[in-house]
Amino acid sequence: MDKVQVLPMTQAKAKPVRRNQRPWSERIIEGLIKAGGMSGIIFVVGILIFILRESAGFLFGKFDFMEFFASGNWVPASVEKIEYGTLALLAGTMSVTIVSMVIAVPVGLACAFYISEFCPPRLRETYKILIEFLAAIPSVVWGFIAIVIINPLLIDVFQIPSGLNIMNAAIILALMSLPLIVSIGEDALRAVPESYREAAEAMGATKWEIATRVLLPAAKNGLMAAALLGVGRALGETMAVLMATGHSIRFPTSVFDPVRTLTATIAAELGEAPKGGDHYQSLFAIGLYLFILSFVINILADRLVRGKRLK
Amino acid sequence: MFAANQRLIDKTKKEERFKAALSTLTVGIFLPALIIVGWLFVKGAPALSWDFLLQDPIRGMTAGGIFPTIIGTMWLVTICVLISAPLGILAAIYLSEYAPDNLSTRIIRLCILNLAGVPSIVHALFGLGAFVLFLRMGTSILAASCTLAVMNLPVIITSTLESLQAVPRSFREASWNVGASKLQTIRHIVLPNSIPGILTGMVFAVSRAAGETAAILFTGVAFYLPFLPVNVFEQCMSLSMHLFTISTQVVGVPEAYPYATALVLIMMVLIVNSISVAMRWYFRSRRKW
Amino acid sequence: MMRFAILAVLLVVASCSRSGNHVVIQNKGSDTLVNLAQAWAEEYKVINANVGIAVSGGGSGTGIAALINGTVDIANSSRAIHEKEKVDAEKNNNGKVTEHIVGLDALAVFVHPANPITELTLEEIGCIYGKSGKCETWGDVRPGTVVPGCQDNKIIRVSRQSNSGTYEYFREAVLGGEQDFKQGSMDLNGSREGVDMVGKTPCAIGYTGMGYVSKEVKSLCVAKDKSTTCALPNMENALSKAYPISRELFMYTVGTPKPEVQAFLDWIKTDAAKTITKNSGFVPVQ
Repeated sequence: MDKVQVLPMTQAKAKPVRRNQRPWSERIIEGLIKAGGMSGIIFVVGILIFILRESAGFLFGKFDFMEFFASGNWVPASVEKIEYGTLALLAGTMSVTIVSMVIAVPVGLACAFYISEFCPPRLRETYKILIEFLAAIPSVVWGFIAIVIINPLLIDVFQIPSGLNIMNAAIILALMSLPLIVSIGEDALRAVPESYREAAEAMGATKWEIATRVLLPAAKNGLMAAALLGVGRALGETMAVLMATGHSIRFPTSVFDPVRTLTATIAAELGEAPKGGDHYQSLFAIGLYLFILSFVINILADRLVRGKRLK
Repeated sequence: MFAANQRLIDKTKKEERFKAALSTLTVGIFLPALIIVGWLFVKGAPALSWDFLLQDPIRGMTAGGIFPTIIGTMWLVTICVLISAPLGILAAIYLSEYAPDNLSTRIIRLCILNLAGVPSIVHALFGLGAFVLFLRMGTSILAASCTLAVMNLPVIITSTLESLQAVPRSFREASWNVGASKLQTIRHIVLPNSIPGILTGMVFAVSRAAGETAAILFTGVAFYLPFLPVNVFEQCMSLSMHLFTISTQVVGVPEAYPYATALVLIMMVLIVNSISVAMRWYFRSRRKW
Repeated sequence: MMRFAILAVLLVVASCSRSGNHVVIQNKGSDTLVNLAQAWAEEYKVINANVGIAVSGGGSGTGIAALINGTVDIANSSRAIHEKEKVDAEKNNNGKVTEHIVGLDALAVFVHPANPITELTLEEIGCIYGKSGKCETWGDVRPGTVVPGCQDNKIIRVSRQSNSGTYEYFREAVLGGEQDFKQGSMDLNGSREGVDMVGKTPCAIGYTGMGYVSKEVKSLCVAKDKSTTCALPNMENALSKAYPISRELFMYTVGTPKPEVQAFLDWIKTDAAKTITKNSGFVPVQ
């Protein structure tokens, strides 16, 4: 076969390309690429497998379904009666997540609207950069802020005995998930075709009316996905809640109660348990619990976004 | 015919008010964050000095500096990027150029999305089970970096994928039409044009890895090490862990120290992010399309 | 881009082949001991530049778990090793467990300075912290007590996490070893967080090694029961055992320690090391 003449602008190296005989180096590299593509699945499945592996003994042994999910007593190191009840921990996680989302979702979506629709373009760029900076602050710094800034602030403002509680963690989590909600919400709004806005404007709608009556319904799925991803972020946060919640096992009765979350329990207790022991395996079981929770949330969010694209 | 009637005036006034409210709200969100960073700066600046950055901690970590933690964090970040960048880029190339539009591709994308949402402590559990125990790396920089790499994989994949897909199809077609193979096209046309996005992803990964604490707690970080690590099989100290311990454990630390450590961590992350922003501006101006 | 990647890989490989010419001793465990261990490590590095001690916290339970798994040279613990743990450690590592007492500690029980209570018996502390204890407000403990600045006179219990040796020792010494803690206490990390918390919270009570007590809190005078005089947590009372909750601080090794490890353990008995112990707020071994 003749050597192919190459035009300079593509700068591709000239090589005869026979249909069924490519150089082996290309095949190796393409093999690597395909393997790399599989890496996403490999790691997710890998996480599932390894967590299952380490918790298997507990799951098929001392695991009592009712106790694990319905009992509020988490006393793995008890001298009286060892119990592995995660309900109070779940209550801690849920309370912190819900309160933080009550703050973050409306505020975040409102911001997303503002940045996407009402904001002059130059200001938009500035805000997007600020959002990135906010998102980049590490969680241990947020935890530190919870202890030294928010803690005394709450004590002063609300006259409560202790500032390490649900409210503290919720404020911190809200600040942490805002960037996520704002940027994904803004993406969702941007994805609404310009024709919608133009049509509404042609009928005399003001910007506000366009935003509330046209864009909100049109982008509703994407906005819900943004909220869900914010929930996922808050659910899975470890260091900041470890430092901010006061780490107390109980069913909270007010937003100023200290609580303990599932994530913080693992972080605090994992080092202790001898490998392979019941306590160790039960902590991996909590890890499995968290993994499944975040999996469900992510699939929901993905479904919502997909549904939106089919419009 | 186009004179404003009362209804239109009312509507416009209402809109102006809502616009003002929203804009105040948006500013209101960033204001606390700026105040907090400012507060950290004010309280931490007294302890910040070149000595602080370059010395070892002494007197029970209540004096001296944070040098070993900075080095430790750099080790972790470097090895993490070295592992996750090639893997992530390969994965993104697969998704962008080779993956057929079928169920298995959907599953892969779903898995990457899920990987991004997994709580960091679950990553730590995975790292413990897979790298420290199963692969017998022990608690080491290698195990911690591998855990961080798995955490950052979705970040790199997503940003690389975006920039690969932003390269116009016409570029690829022109290359195929003169006889280049798919791989050659990728190597010489698509990749060079996606470098900005790839670098952005790597920079994001760097800032996430620098700040992560939970994932490295059980896989490679120590409270105090007398020597700097010389290879990847040793443990290291890290800025994030150090902040955690001196704000909750060590007695007698001068008030400014934890603030200064938090400040160093934030500064590191902000500098890295600013580099990413600057890079994006630079490359956007040089884009060929 | 390619050249950079190759350089980076070479750097990593080069660093891997170079093994440090220093010995690292792995030391893990008690958060009570961790500051002292770290101070010793710092000083030891000055004396013996080739030997370094890598110190980690995590709680006495963490250290002993690591001892069982064979991943540390020395485990720090602020409670005695359990019989079962000893058996496991000896089985997994084919050696005997050696206990080294490296200091004495008095477990201080402290409250906010505004709290009018200055002394408590072990039983009263048990009433506050124990599962079967019925004391929920400060008035329950000593009738008529009102703590200024404390809403509802409620007791806020500050405790430690279950992997803490302090937690376990407290449970044994104060709650009688057969009783669990009452759930709902704030189980803070690190010995210092508790002190910080109580110092800011009039309602709170906490416990920790006396080396962590700061001026912001008031240590209580603790009596064994109503008929004995109470004692404050300090060095003399810890040594003479007049303070009812005094404990030994331990370092555990399994099998025959490496020569460097043995040298370090011997050094801990020297005067230089004892000065450091005193400066950290603990009683050096006599």
